[in-house]
This record gives sequence, C-alpha cells and structure tokens, in this order.
Amino acid sequence: MKNLLIIMLLFSTHVYVVAQDCNSSLRGKVMDYHDKTVLSNASILLLEENIQVYSDNNGNYTITNLCDGDYEIEVAHPYCNTLFIPVTVNGETTLDIKLEHHLEELKEVKVIGSTVFDKTNSAQEVVLRTEVLEKFSTASLGDALKELGGVSTLSTGANIVKPAIHGLNGSRVLILNDGVRMQDMEWGDEHAPNIDINSAGTISVVKGASALQYGGDAIGGTIILEQSKFLAKDTLFGNTSINGVSNGSGGNVSSEITKGYNNGFFIKGQASYKRLGDQEAPDYILSNTGIQEIGTSLQFGKRLFEWGFTGRYSYYDAEIAILRASHIGNIDDLIRSINSGQPETILPFTYDLGNPRQKVRHHLGKLNLYKRFEGLGKFNIQYDIQNNRRFEFDVRRGERSDQASIDLELMTHTLSTDFKWDSNESLQLHFGLMGRYQNNFANPATGVRRLIPDYDKYDFGTFLIGEYRLNNAFTLDAGIRYDYTKVDALKFYQTSRWEERGYDVDFPELVIEDRGTQLLTNPVFDYNNISATVGFNYSSGNDNNLKFNYALAQRAPNPAELFSDGLHHSAARIELGDIRITSETSNKLMLSYNHDFKNFGFTVEPYANFINDFIVLEPTGVEFTLRGAFPVWGYRQTHVNLIGLDVSAYSEWTKEWRTEHLFSIVKGKDTENNIALINIPAANFTNSLRFSRQEWKKLELGLQSQYVFRQNEVPPNISVFSPEQQQDIVLDINSSPEAYHILNFNSKMEFEIGKQTLTTSVLVNNLLNTNYREYLNRQRFFADDLGRNIILQLKLNY
Amino acid sequence: MKTIKFLSMLALSAVLFTSCSDDDETPEEVNEEEVITTMTVTLVPQGGGDTITLQSRDIDGDGPGAPEVTVSGSLDGNTTYTGGIVLLNETVTPAEDITEEVAEEDDEHQFFFQTTGSIASIVYGDTDGNGNPVGILFTLNTDTAGAASITITLRHEPKKPNDGTLADAGGETDITQTFDLIIN
Repeated sequence: MKNLLIIMLLFSTHVYVVAQDCNSSLRGKVMDYHDKTVLSNASILLLEENIQVYSDNNGNYTITNLCDGDYEIEVAHPYCNTLFIPVTVNGETTLDIKLEHHLEELKEVKVIGSTVFDKTNSAQEVVLRTEVLEKFSTASLGDALKELGGVSTLSTGANIVKPAIHGLNGSRVLILNDGVRMQDMEWGDEHAPNIDINSAGTISVVKGASALQYGGDAIGGTIILEQSKFLAKDTLFGNTSINGVSNGSGGNVSSEITKGYNNGFFIKGQASYKRLGDQEAPDYILSNTGIQEIGTSLQFGKRLFEWGFTGRYSYYDAEIAILRASHIGNIDDLIRSINSGQPETILPFTYDLGNPRQKVRHHLGKLNLYKRFEGLGKFNIQYDIQNNRRFEFDVRRGERSDQASIDLELMTHTLSTDFKWDSNESLQLHFGLMGRYQNNFANPATGVRRLIPDYDKYDFGTFLIGEYRLNNAFTLDAGIRYDYTKVDALKFYQTSRWEERGYDVDFPELVIEDRGTQLLTNPVFDYNNISATVGFNYSSGNDNNLKFNYALAQRAPNPAELFSDGLHHSAARIELGDIRITSETSNKLMLSYNHDFKNFGFTVEPYANFINDFIVLEPTGVEFTLRGAFPVWGYRQTHVNLIGLDVSAYSEWTKEWRTEHLFSIVKGKDTENNIALINIPAANFTNSLRFSRQEWKKLELGLQSQYVFRQNEVPPNISVFSPEQQQDIVLDINSSPEAYHILNFNSKMEFEIGKQTLTTSVLVNNLLNTNYREYLNRQRFFADDLGRNIILQLKLNY
Repeated sequence: MKTIKFLSMLALSAVLFTSCSDDDETPEEVNEEEVITTMTVTLVPQGGGDTITLQSRDIDGDGPGAPEVTVSGSLDGNTTYTGGIVLLNETVTPAEDITEEVAEEDDEHQFFFQTTGSIASIVYGDTDGNGNPVGILFTLNTDTAGAASITITLRHEPKKPNDGTLADAGGETDITQTFDLIIN
C-alpha cells in the first residue's frame, strides 16, 4: 500500500512536471549574518530552472510555481560573497538566507569608491585608491598621500618624506601597516616611514585622533594601510610593474602574486626593488641624492567567514643618500649656503650613495586570529613584532666614513585583542586591550655620543567605542580610551649639560654613577593619558552627508623630545630634549559636509585643533664650541591653535571630461607667545583636468596644476654671532620660499593580451621644469627642488 | 592543512627567535672620537725670545660650556715667528692628537688665517701631496706695535687649490677661533 502511494506520488509528480503546473513555492528573507539587517536587491537564481528573482526592500523573496524536488540556488548581493545553497522544495517551503554582508568585510568594495568609511563614524576621512597608489609606485608613501586634501609632507630632499596631517607630523601621525602600528623611530624630522608603498592595497587617512581603536595619541591623524581583499575561491593572480624614472636615471620593479583556495586559505607574496642615482634640479645635479630600496612581504592565512587567521612577514630596506651640500660645519657655513643660492657641491652624476646617508631596515611579523560568534560579534587577537635598525653616516674625519654616527635598534612586541559586538542593528560596541614592550639599543661603537639613549618602554591601552544608529539617517558615536606609558632609560649626560639644564637641582636622584665628565642617569617616567571622541553622522538620501566630530587626545612625549642631546649637522644646530616635558593634550573639532549633485559634487571640511602643552622644537639660544657658534634648539611646551579648511570638488562636464579641485589651508599659532607656528604647510590649490574614453583602450589623460602659496606666517628669524664676520647677524632660517606653480601630466592606456591586461602609463612631474623651493623641505636652504621627471610605467596583470 | 599549520608554526618561531636580542645592561660610555677640544698655537720668535702660546680649549666639546681662550703674552713688533698648531681631543685619556689625523688627510684639510691690525703677513709653512698649503706650520710676521687679531679656521673638504679666502674654499668648518693680540 505504502509503495503504491509512493509510486502514485512519483507518477503524479511526473505528470505535474510534464504539465508545467507545479504549485509549490520557495520564499524567505535575505539578511545579514551579524545583525540580521535585511538585504534588499539580492539576486536569487534557481539554477536548474534558470529563474531569477530579487529580494524586496524588506529582504523578502518569493519563487512560485515550483515543483517539489531538490534544487540549488545561487544567492548574490553586490557586497557579498556569492553563496550556493542546496534546497529541497516541498510545498510551501521557507528558506531564510544569511549573507556575509558587513561593512567590515567590504574592503574590496572600498577600493572602488572613496565614499565608504568605516574607520570612524563621524571623523574626516579620505581614501587613496589602488589606481592612484599605482601612480606613485616609484615614489614614497608621503608623496602619494599628498594627493589628499589636508595631507602635506615634511621632507628632507626627495627621498625622505614624512606625511603630515592638518599640519602635524611625526609622533602625532600614527601609521597602521596592515593592522600593525609602525614603530620605526618616527620621532626624527629626517626619519621617513619604513614602508614600501607597493605593499599597500588601499590607504585611508583619518584626520584626527578619532580612530581610538588604533591609538589615543594620533593628534594629527591616523594613516591606515590595508591589503586589498579577495574572495575565498580557487584563484591565482598577480601583477608585475616596471617603472623607468628619468630624474635619477633609474626605476623600480614591483611584483606580487596571490594564490587563493576554495577552503579560504591564501598565500600572497610581494617584492619590489627601486634604484635611483643622483637626482636633478632644473639647473644642476643634486649631488648625493640617490636611493636604493627593497621591500618584500609574505602573507598567508585562512579567511573564512566564521574564523580565520593571517600571518605576515614584511621586510623593508632602504639606503638613502642625503644631499652632500646639506652637511655643514657651523653657522657661517649655513649662512654661506643660504646666501649662495645653489649647492656648494655639484659633482657629475653618479649612482654611488655617499655620505651623508642613512640606511634603515625594518622587519615586521604578525599573527592574527579571529573568530565570529553568531548573533554576538567578532573576536580578534593579534601579536606583532617589529625590529627597526637605523644607521646614519656622516662626513667624518679619519677612516670613519663607514662607521655610522647613529646606530639604533628598536625592538617592539605588541599583543592586542578586541571584541566587536555587531549583532544589534542599532548599537555596536567595540572593546579592546593592548600591551606593548619596546626596547631601544644605541650602539656605542659609533664614537659619537648617543642622540637617543638606551631605553625600555611599556605601554598599555584599553578602549571602548560605541556606535548608535538612531534611524536610517542619523548615527551617533562615542568612544573613550586610556593609555599608560612608562619609559625607563639609561642615559649618559655630560656633567656640564646636566647642570646647564638645571637637572642637578630638579632630578639629583636620577644620577646612578658619576664618571667624571659624564653622568650615568636612570630616568623613569610614567604617563597616564585619556582620549575620547564623540560625534554624529547625518545622511539625508544618498547625495548629502553631514558629519561632526570632537576628539580629545593626549600624547606622551617621545624619546627625542625627552632625551635628544647633540649636534645636528644638516641643520647646524644643537638639539636638546627636556625630561620635564609632560603629555600634550589636543581638543579637535571637525565638521564635514558633502553634497553630490548629478554631475557635480563638493566636500567642505573645516576644523580647529586646540593643543595644550604642545611640544615644539625651536631656537632658544646660542652655544659656542671650537667649531664656532651654534643655535640651540630646545623642546619646550606651549599652547597652540591650528585652524584650517579643506575643500574638494569635482565636476563631470561631459561623459569624458572631468575636473577636480582641491584647496587646503591651515593656520598655526603659538597663542602663548603670539607667534606663528613653525613648519605649517602653506595654503595650496590643486586643479586637475581629466579626459577618459573607455573605447580608446581605456585612455586616460590628466593635467594637474599645483599652486602653492607662500607661507606668510613663520616664526621670527634668530640672530647669532658669526665668527667669520665678527658680528651678530640674522640667521635667515625661518623665512619661507616664494609661492610656486608646477604642472604634472599623466596618461594611461590598457591593452588586453590574451587573458592578461597590460597597462601603460606616462607621467611627467614638473612638466615645465620649474625652479622652486618648498617651505616644508628641510633642504630648501641648500638647493632647488626636483626638476622635470618623466616616468614610464608598464604593468602586467595576470 | 598540516602543511599550513607547520608553516605558521615555523613563521611564528622564526619571529620569536629574532626577538631575542640586546641585553638590558649598563650602557657603555661613549666619548666623542672626532671632537676637537683644544687648539694650541705656538709662536716661536726667530732669533730668540719668549715663545707665545695661543690656546682655545672647550673641554665639553659640543656641550654647553664655551671655549676658554688664552693668550700667554704679547708679541714683539717687526718680528718673524715660527708657528705651529696642535689639535687635541681631551675628552679621552690620554688625550688624542688630532693634528696627526689632519696631517694624514692634508689634502682634505686646510687652515685659514685672517688677521687685523699689526700683523704684516702669515705664510704657509707646509704643503699637501699636491703642493697646496695646509697650515699646520706657518710663519707670522708682525708689524709695528699695536693691537691685532688672528682668526684661525680649519676647513674639512675645502676646494683645493683656492684663493686663500674662506668664501672661495667652501667645505665644512671644523674649527674657528679668534685670538686678540697685542704687539709691542
């Protein structure tokens, strides 16, 4: 009887199929795995029948007139991994589909558009996309970031480029390299980030201390370098690019390859090599400005939706020659350099990297593990280790040209963990803990007294950030972070310096040994810092966005600010730290308004940063040595205001013609002394005209005009005694160079060669070979900036 | 999967091994190797008389202390003096004679003499391998009685040959010191 029933059923089914008259249906809801947000416009494709439907605004989908049976459906959503689900339809069948739709997992989407922000809810943020980064394959991180509004650079020649955000650089700018906070002696003006730009997929910049998850002391801002993400599927892809650079007669080669597997495992290798000889200003060779740079990284891991791990090792090695003419003996040499108008040493072109030069290398290793708990959130734990070694070679007497004058080794271990509760649709919480140990070792074999002493540093940090979605338009955020820092140093002071600074009165207990002319001291300092942020994000529709953010941030002094003690040859000055320095406190207000019309859009971003106890390095007096007189630059603390505005706009005139406009200005003032703040970028205005036509091998042409105003607000010059002239003279070191205008050109075409894509680009920087000097280039006293530079790029994607 | 685990373990252990480095011991004291703390100029009158010594001494080098400048006595008018310069680094014991380094690299060094008042001339008394003046040795001819001053500058990597002026020579200043003299 039972068998008969089955046979009948089968038969009847068969009849139904033949009759194309099935009455069963499949319905359900498509939603986000984490917070159960419904997903509209997801495509549900019934593979066997080739029926496609889309989920509605409530996430609901329905497929009717189905016959009972086993099917497979393909569920796709613009921002999700495509999912294949087997399903048995029997009558009115319901199937709810959970997709991995989450902002945090959208990094591959962000590569395309720069309007998706996820580092903070309400702070000013910008993203540099992969295509833009590729243009800078032969340049530095700082050069690339300069494309963004509000980001400038403090450089020493063309190869040492430090990014500055809203006028602040160094320890006030936190750099996060694939989840690891860079520890690469960022305190020095001529210490550039030890990062190979070719290793980054995208770079986001948060212009303030609002991204508390990364650190509380980013008074300038945070730069976040990330790897491009890819889907978990069986794949092998990569690219190789070769660049030829006319100015410096060199170039670079960069290559990367990624292997992915369906089970989520992946491995990625990347390497690049760059070599340039002496670079040129329009009128002369900039002798000793070559560079050799090697960057390589290896990553592997398993990235599944519910859990995963990543391991990464990266290595960076750079040897950078520094303009020979910038190494000077005393004040008179500096005066002579400033007055002569061109560098004192101009030699024939060479690839040799002579002294002065620096050699830096950075090892970075990390291991990261995450686990997602359904309906709760994501747990993350990471250990990273960094080893940074820096050699600086000076022009020295005797057989010492291969003996470094500075030899520092910085070792950092960090363990961090965080948990993100993202299951609640309207409230998200993010909590984290961080512990860090750092050791600096200054090699005594230099024969030069240590600029930075041996020290151990301990950091502990904890944060809690909340984001509350009031309604579809309005999101509030708030966060708080606490950081504890302890520095334990062992430093030799010259007895005369110890007494001159008054430390013998204030800190007699720090002396542990008297060696006659030098004292061995053991300074131990603690800093307790609180950072907090609060803000909102309001979007009405898709074309209109208003953000407000307030950030309170505190930063403990870095080792240079506390301990630096010595003569700086490139600046002819004695730099002195002060162990009395305390944490600085910043209060920053940021407003961001963005409006997109049909063919036109703009963003206006004013900000104000009020910093108490701002640590500034400035001239405090003169000291005499056998070499002559030197101005003394001391670190001191004062109150400053930084008020600025970034405006950007674009306009699509036709399908092919587009213009982009960027204007940035910032005013920095020492309110305690009522003088202008040093090293504040001049106002600048960048306009670009772009032409693109898909049909012509994706042709892109661009012309960019960069106008940099003169910095009119500079601190007063100082007066010093010149032994050569036997009188007091004004040392013209704070005067700013003239305004300048340079033009840059770029073009790009793509060719399909079989399955591969070949991208060819021609870039011309400083098209008109204009002579100019930039206020924020420390070598402006000695030489003009770079002349015309033609870069040819060939990139093959496979 | 086993290989993956093995690889990750390997990477982790490699990372851990590199982390074990410097010891936390008392650091070694560094004495500046290149600093010149003391310049002593001896002026011996040809034909007999008192040797005059000019000295500039800055025992803390680049430290806050200023150089101590001494002149042992006054010079005689219309007299020729044989001059010699000795440079020392007194931050180390025993003091290091830097003059030797300068003499060894005499093609990269040159002393320059600028005078005012009653000094008639200064003539270089030595040359480097290329026949260019060095100035470790020199002769000084005084004029009639009066006040005078002499500024001695040592330049590293100057243009050689040069026209004898600091402006033409360029290079980096290793020493510069002015002495006020009285000629009787």
